[in-house]
Amino acid sequence: MTRTLLAAIARFLSGASVRWIDCQPDTCQRVYFANHTSHLDPIVIWSSLPADVRALTRPVAAKDYWEKGWVRRYLARQVFDALLIDRKHIKVHQSPVDLMLKAMGDTHSVIIFPEGGRNTGAEMGEFKSGLYYMAKKRPDLELVPVHLDNMNRVLPRGEFLPVPLLSCITFGAPIWLEAGEPKTDFLNRARDAVRRLKDA
Amino acid sequence: MNLMDLTTFGLVGGVLMLLTAATGIGQLLKRQTDTGLNLAVIEQFNARIRAWWVLCAVLAAAFLLGREATVVLFGLLSFWALREFITLTPTRMADHRALFWVFFLFTPMQYILIGLNDYALYSVLIPVYAFLFIPARIAMAGDYKRYLERCAKIQAGLMICVYCLSHAPAILYLDISRPAAAESRPAAEGPPDAEAGESRPAGGSSADESPNARLLFFFLLVVTLGDAFQYISEKLLGKHVIAPAISPNRTWEGYLGGVGCATLFGTAMWWATPFEPWEAAVMSVVITTMGFAGGMTMSAIKRDRGVKDYGTLIEGHGGVLDRIDSTCFAAPIFFHFTRFLFPQ
Repeated sequence: MTRTLLAAIARFLSGASVRWIDCQPDTCQRVYFANHTSHLDPIVIWSSLPADVRALTRPVAAKDYWEKGWVRRYLARQVFDALLIDRKHIKVHQSPVDLMLKAMGDTHSVIIFPEGGRNTGAEMGEFKSGLYYMAKKRPDLELVPVHLDNMNRVLPRGEFLPVPLLSCITFGAPIWLEAGEPKTDFLNRARDAVRRLKDA
Repeated sequence: MNLMDLTTFGLVGGVLMLLTAATGIGQLLKRQTDTGLNLAVIEQFNARIRAWWVLCAVLAAAFLLGREATVVLFGLLSFWALREFITLTPTRMADHRALFWVFFLFTPMQYILIGLNDYALYSVLIPVYAFLFIPARIAMAGDYKRYLERCAKIQAGLMICVYCLSHAPAILYLDISRPAAAESRPAAEGPPDAEAGESRPAGGSSADESPNARLLFFFLLVVTLGDAFQYISEKLLGKHVIAPAISPNRTWEGYLGGVGCATLFGTAMWWATPFEPWEAAVMSVVITTMGFAGGMTMSAIKRDRGVKDYGTLIEGHGGVLDRIDSTCFAAPIFFHFTRFLFPQ
């Protein structure tokens, strides 16, 4: 109930129009990877999914931001069922990739932002290697590129009040790790897949 | 409060018949492939008719619910139009706080004041208070790049999408009874369905509102007809393009044809308004001319931004601003002309 309501509010505030290009909503296990420009990104992607897919999808978000204050903590834990990752103290035996794969089990999907942090420039930042290791350890996962347009104007870095401009979310065709594909090649290909959706 | 009465129902019925006829023609044209007409033009025509159906349904619902509901409806339209306007207008990070107040303070405030019928305040809130607030707030954010341009864009968006459009529902609050009729009020001079010739206090809620609802309806109908007839005359007669760089479609023939036809219609509808026939004619000319000016202005802004429709950048959103550009320009002028005719 709360989840449906909040999803509707998020959709209204972000004025997001959702496009699926060469890809359909599905409850199969997926990793949605997107460009990151605003704190609202995980919520906006999550709320733009159909209800049945949304119920199985967990946004991955930064612990230091979403643990701050009871509102954020409540939203992250109770509403979005977010998987909070500690960006500051990464342990070797419990890497974010392992945590994510463990949390996904064999039913859930996740939303991740391979740039690591929000970028402020016009160009997307380089992708961190997490996506590559996820694809290597779980080759069965569908990796769905997602492009967010104009979200950085809805809630820019350092602001806490959103301005309700219109934004656009584009889901693209899934990619997989090719056999023997080098890490940098794969990450560049993934980044291109997101970037291409801007003009698609 | 219900804004409908028998005459209004007659009007709505007439519009429904017009729309049904237009839909029929559109579907017929779509079926026939040998008319020599451009398929894209027919599709555009059908899209417009669909938009009018939606507009008509929403408007009828708001009228049935009363004038507060109509004010809220126009408030939401403004909000959405402003979203489209600002989305297409490059602003910088430093404008964020100013934009926040524009969306969440000035826009609702304008419509609340309309609902309270506080003319003294709502006529200056945006042109004075918001006008001064926006540049000051942006200056405080400390980014001077293209400063004047950014201020002007936000001010223009707020003026066109919110201030101008808010004068359409403000029509519902005007006192449009003739002074002569007011003197002979107790002698049952008023319309037969009025609540026993009750006097109309300015903004009083107990007064009969249906003449105002009809006036708003008249206004919106003439604006829309002006648009439609302009479009048709452009297609049929258009030769002399007014400003090719702005819009290759807008011709003098289209403008004159649109104003002429819509004025004939508007004049023929004088009985539904508080106007004399000649007043209805003048009002129709004013409304359609302003509507034309609005279309031209918005085309120029779109050209400047390098887009064809406000709806196309953000796919799936209908382009509210494309539909209401003429209404935005015509509303404040029509409002003031009516105020001049019926001193408050």
